[in-house]
Amino acid sequence: MSKERIQISEDLYDIMPSDYQDLVKSATYGKEDRGWKDIGTSKELIEQHSLCAGCPESMAFRYILASLPNPEDTVMVGSTGCTSLVFPMVAVHNIHSLFGNQNAIASGLKRALSVRFPGRVKDVVVLAGDGATVDIGLDMTLQAWFRQEKFTTICFDNELYANTGGQESGLMQKGFVAKMAPVGKLFDKVRLPEIARESGCHYVVNCTVSKPSLVEKVIRNAVHIAREIGPTYLQLYTPCILEIGKNSMEGLQEMRDSEKPTERFAYKEYVSEPAKQLLAELAAKDKERKAAAKQLAGQVSA
Amino acid sequence: MADIHSVIGTKNKKGQTYTDTWKMMNEAPRTPSFYTGSEVIKEALRRASCDVMIAYPITPQSEAAALIGELFAEGYIGDYFRGESEFAVMSQCAGAAFGGARVFTTTAGPGTMRAMENFPMWSGARLPIQMIVTCRGINSPLSIQPDTLEIAYLLNTGMLVWHAETAQDFFDWILKGYMVSEEPDVHLPLALCCDGFFVTHTKDVVNLTPADMCLPPYDPYRSPVPCMDMECPPVRMMRDPFVMKSNYISYATHASWQQEIWAAVERSRKHSIHWLNGLIDTENTDAEIMIVASGTAVSQGREAIRLLEDEGVRCGLVKLKTLRPWPEEEIREATKNAKHIFVPEFNVTGWLAKEIKATIPNHERVHAGPHVCGGMTMPPEIIVSEIKTALGMKTFSLAGRGS
Repeated sequence: MSKERIQISEDLYDIMPSDYQDLVKSATYGKEDRGWKDIGTSKELIEQHSLCAGCPESMAFRYILASLPNPEDTVMVGSTGCTSLVFPMVAVHNIHSLFGNQNAIASGLKRALSVRFPGRVKDVVVLAGDGATVDIGLDMTLQAWFRQEKFTTICFDNELYANTGGQESGLMQKGFVAKMAPVGKLFDKVRLPEIARESGCHYVVNCTVSKPSLVEKVIRNAVHIAREIGPTYLQLYTPCILEIGKNSMEGLQEMRDSEKPTERFAYKEYVSEPAKQLLAELAAKDKERKAAAKQLAGQVSA
Repeated sequence: MADIHSVIGTKNKKGQTYTDTWKMMNEAPRTPSFYTGSEVIKEALRRASCDVMIAYPITPQSEAAALIGELFAEGYIGDYFRGESEFAVMSQCAGAAFGGARVFTTTAGPGTMRAMENFPMWSGARLPIQMIVTCRGINSPLSIQPDTLEIAYLLNTGMLVWHAETAQDFFDWILKGYMVSEEPDVHLPLALCCDGFFVTHTKDVVNLTPADMCLPPYDPYRSPVPCMDMECPPVRMMRDPFVMKSNYISYATHASWQQEIWAAVERSRKHSIHWLNGLIDTENTDAEIMIVASGTAVSQGREAIRLLEDEGVRCGLVKLKTLRPWPEEEIREATKNAKHIFVPEFNVTGWLAKEIKATIPNHERVHAGPHVCGGMTMPPEIIVSEIKTALGMKTFSLAGRGS
């Protein structure tokens, strides 16, 4: 697959936008072990963003787009919120329609792509905020999992409604004082990772985006498992530095502080038995491929 | 003439032949069949080359939605499932249409209202989804009976809105509807409405096209907006997201896109005229008394005309087939001789009479009524009575009217 669908006619090359030329020249479409290390050295799939300076969500966006195993055949679904300010600048097809209906959109989309492209891989990845995933869209989030829809759901958990100015959300910590929680939030942070597991997700991870290599690993796992087995869920802490009173430089530290073993974003993972088997197979294939490449490199140099 | 890439004449996996739609609808032999409206929806879908149908139970469309499930089990539909609510179903339909599928769904009454946020999104995203609306009451206390109030809410969504009178209309318009909806210069969703129960649950003789012929498949690359399937990846979707800009460019973009949606509704006019043989049907347009109606009110109007004829009163009829596009010129022309225009409706507000009043000159000619609602039937006698009363003629007492 790789770049065959985006080649530019030679006669038109010089009048195409430089973004497009870069996409053909140096995007990592089709590169099997693409990942976060490509950031800065290849054409990234996010051109710019209009988020606040230092927003961890912008880091998460870059890591995720660099780590998608199959971006040339991946369609993303977003929802209303800060993510919807970034998606228009992303170089994969992405859909924003309404607030909270992202898993319903993705259900219809994935099925349509399966009908239209039988035997071909077309990955669908949902990326939405915690308000969209857990509050207004919870019904559709869960129902897609119950139905075993084969796509990945990523929740950017910033523990509040950021885009509308910092209102209480279901994933906010208990006691936090925010708009619409004037005396502090009265109930616990919704335990969606556990609910995801009970709802039929085959791979659930709760973590922060402080480590790009970790984000790369969980994204690849989640997309592969969703493609072959069933729904997967990633809940990634992307703190809203603006609304919790941090400076641009403090997002990373906030994530590191929140992922300590006793904290709410300590790394937690659930992998179903069929998913474990698939990951083992993928790891074995990967090992084989790397060994073959090493051998080939040895032959060339010798 | 079919080009070499055309699928016309080839067979699908069920052995049906992809047939030129005009030939299939207008030239192929028809078989009279005695079916309920719900069964007719199923038979239309059998021939529609539909990729995805998403269902949800709500009376009176549940039977049709379930029957299409049987078609899926038989292999006529690409995919089919029950969603979790009408709001979700309409979003699932959107997802499937974004992915390039020909999509079908059915809803009714409170379901239409629950799903409402999706409809302007569908038209804004130029998704040519077809939705059957088997109208029923939306009032509280709960009612499942026929009532067309929900159509009023659909009129400003940017969807095409057609109102079928009979099961035969339904059969033909489901298939023709896709042809209009999927035109590149239209590419809008269609709400194909009927009066619940009266059409869905009664049997009628319907002339069906051959079951071994089906529509050509939908081609998502004839869409005026990109199909979200990564077959032609974007560099980026757009330069700046308009949602966050408060400037003239942003306002102008939103304004011009809204205008474009309504221009597309207008452009559907020529295609609808072509496929439906006009946006309206008329009888006796030289009469001084006209009945203008849509849906089953047309059938009742026709009966009223016959009753009035027996009494020597000549009366004409305008049947509105499309409500969006609105047949403004046609209505003006058809009612130009009328001194009295009666608009019988199955709803309490009389939305159709208001639309007509806003369309024609000398709108004091319009008598908004009779109205029935909440599931009441509309005997032709009450239309006759309304007309005779307005004309100052003696009319018989109707039970419960106290006259």
